[in-house]
Amino acid sequence: MSSVQSGESSPIDMSQFYQVFFEEAEEHLGEMESLLLSIDPLAATSDELNAIFRAAHSIKGGSGTFGFTDMTAVTHELESLLDKVRKNELPLTPDMVDALLVAGDVLKLQLARHRGQSDDVPDAEGICERIRALMLAEIEAASTAPSAGRELSIAFPVPGGAVDQAALDDLASMLAQIGELLTPLERNGDMRTLRLRTRAANKEVRNLFAFVCETDAVIIEDAAQDQSYGFFEDEPGPASKEIADDGFGFFADLPDAPPAAASSTDQGYGLFSDVPAAASTAAVVPAQQHGRRASDQPAAEPVRAGRRDTDKTVHNAQGDNASIRVSVEKVDQLINQLGELVITQAMLAQQVSQFDPLLYQNLLNGMADLERNTRDLQESVMSIRMLPIGFVFKRFPRMVRDLASKLGKQVQLNTEGEATELDKGLIEKIADPLTHLIRNSVDHGIEMPHVRTAAGKPAQGSVTLRAAHQGGSILIEVIDDGKGLDREKILAKGRERGLAVHDAMTDAEVWMLVFEAGFSTADAITDVSGRGVGMDVVKRNIAELGGTVEIESASGYGTRTMVRLPLTLAIIDGMSVGVGDDVYIIPLATVVESLQASSRAVRSVAGGGYVVEVRDEYLPVVSLHDIFPGSVRNPDAREGIMLVVESEGVKNAFLVDELLGQQQVVVKSLEANYRKVPGVSGATILGDGGVALILDVPTLVRMSRH
Amino acid sequence: MSKTVLAVDDSASIRQMVAFTLKGAGYNVVEAGDGEEGLVKAKGAAVNLVLTDQNMPKMDGLTLVKALRTMPQYATTPILMLTTESSDAMKANGKAAGATGWLVKPFDPAKLLEVVKKVIG
Repeated sequence: MSSVQSGESSPIDMSQFYQVFFEEAEEHLGEMESLLLSIDPLAATSDELNAIFRAAHSIKGGSGTFGFTDMTAVTHELESLLDKVRKNELPLTPDMVDALLVAGDVLKLQLARHRGQSDDVPDAEGICERIRALMLAEIEAASTAPSAGRELSIAFPVPGGAVDQAALDDLASMLAQIGELLTPLERNGDMRTLRLRTRAANKEVRNLFAFVCETDAVIIEDAAQDQSYGFFEDEPGPASKEIADDGFGFFADLPDAPPAAASSTDQGYGLFSDVPAAASTAAVVPAQQHGRRASDQPAAEPVRAGRRDTDKTVHNAQGDNASIRVSVEKVDQLINQLGELVITQAMLAQQVSQFDPLLYQNLLNGMADLERNTRDLQESVMSIRMLPIGFVFKRFPRMVRDLASKLGKQVQLNTEGEATELDKGLIEKIADPLTHLIRNSVDHGIEMPHVRTAAGKPAQGSVTLRAAHQGGSILIEVIDDGKGLDREKILAKGRERGLAVHDAMTDAEVWMLVFEAGFSTADAITDVSGRGVGMDVVKRNIAELGGTVEIESASGYGTRTMVRLPLTLAIIDGMSVGVGDDVYIIPLATVVESLQASSRAVRSVAGGGYVVEVRDEYLPVVSLHDIFPGSVRNPDAREGIMLVVESEGVKNAFLVDELLGQQQVVVKSLEANYRKVPGVSGATILGDGGVALILDVPTLVRMSRH
Repeated sequence: MSKTVLAVDDSASIRQMVAFTLKGAGYNVVEAGDGEEGLVKAKGAAVNLVLTDQNMPKMDGLTLVKALRTMPQYATTPILMLTTESSDAMKANGKAAGATGWLVKPFDPAKLLEVVKKVIG
């Protein structure tokens, strides 16, 4: 066994594991925070406590392993406290929850520092002290018997070996005042060691050493941690003669074991031979656990040598890592290239469609396969960029909690549909608008508890954040059960601001006024919200993402804000239509149906324009000829094809010359390459190489009204 | 035939470190994210050594050790518990469950390798 040489393997660069640790720690911190926010200190379940404990425990394990000792120190305190709580040795108090949340913040800052994202140095020592103090206070409250304190093993350097005995005597007497000296000061090279049982905080103990050495140089460890490894062994091996000479070994129950070995060794592991004995004494025995191993033992070296020869052929056979991490740029590049592939495929399809199907049947079959495969590939690639919207939602519980306590309100935040997936680019950009909306709900929507009680509502208001897929888009709703929007106030404010308002406006139209720039009806501007910057920005941001926002509100019952977003920005399903000589793309998500209206169904309207009757509904007809004056005009609504589109809850009929088909189009920005054109959201390259504009249906509908 | 180590830990970074270290030394490594998964993976592979964390969701390390010991295939296979504490209670529990030994976290790759080499060569 002495053949084992730790030095023969090249040192492993731990930094390659940092990224995974960072992400893992962030996940654990997020989970810990959301658990802490939802926990009821008086009725915490053991599942909840265990989950919080496990999160702290995992961060501690990882940070210790990868050398982020500042995080280890904080999580150690967290873990100690949580361990006592989950074992019912201490009751969980609201103070503890607060302290744990603060500790989570400290850890987040420490994490950000290690990632190079921040230079802030959080007050780690402060929160550690706070948690220890809470723990001690509760321990004292829980038991009248004085606690024995922790057993510490302390080592400190004596500079240059120069000993001022008087200073050491003073130190000993000071230590005796805060605890019990278990061993006298022992000399160990340039270091002095001692054992102390005390209830004082490490910092306090450390400060006592100020007259002897640099306080930072004092090493304080929990004595209980001295034995860092061991092996359970039912049959003590023939071991003592095989004492390892390489700096480590196995603890065993050997009578001749040096009693002090346990506290002085530097070993990180070992075999238990006998538990009670191993805990008090230590010795070194080889790893020998059972019969089969025992027979291997003498042949250890040949076996090792033989293994080398065969390793390489086998050792990857069982690699079963479930995921890999890839940079976003690589994925974006993939999506870009895929976009080009989709265009090429569309071009080929167009060329091939002119061939005689009888002569080129195999080619056409191949094209059909290519189209299907391209579509599958596209779905797979797009799904790489999809993330659950829970990534955004998880930041809100804390925000709502802080906001509510600042405003003196009681608010419960519910989230639904966290698993709904959304393009990563959208996820990042939707966070700010949602923050605004939730802040508005808590600040302006939810009433003060006494107002709510007086109105017969529960004192605690609720804000619900919900996400769901709806057709080709995702619907995110922010719903509160607060006082609702005030129609009269908004109308009055609209008049004051010189907006075109009248009393006959529908509620939906009135609510849209709040999205006007500089619009705020808040009587008092709070530092939370109400400065009138916000809703217009919210609307603009969402529109930039290709989405829409709508409000429903009922006075006294609350407000529901609905944000609709496309699933992805890069590729959309479109309906290509011909208008004159040009081709336009209408996003399929907005298309309800298409029809050739009978001449009876189309009526002209006084003041110009047409409506078309579709299933007992009269829809305004928007002639794309009028909006995009092309080469040939087709003025008669009775002869064209109607495409019924729906946007912002309103249906309209677009009059086009012909329907060319459905296809996936790769969205190219028109603004980036040309300039912004009203009513056009982008452009795409068609199969024949021509460019088609992608229509912005909501804007077109609005334009046609004026 | 290289030896196979089953590494059970809910922390992906620790698993990665363990796997990287051991694979680099020529061992096969099978990973599992909790005790339940560990049990399934153990059934599906001939494992020569089990390294398991104690505190994990779904099934903790001690339960995993007990479950493995009931399987004839794993009645005597060395099992090390990776743990952040080395208290007497932990040792008593670990031994009672049938674990072979323990290794205290945090540990570095070199130490891990040394222990594994000690145990299975």
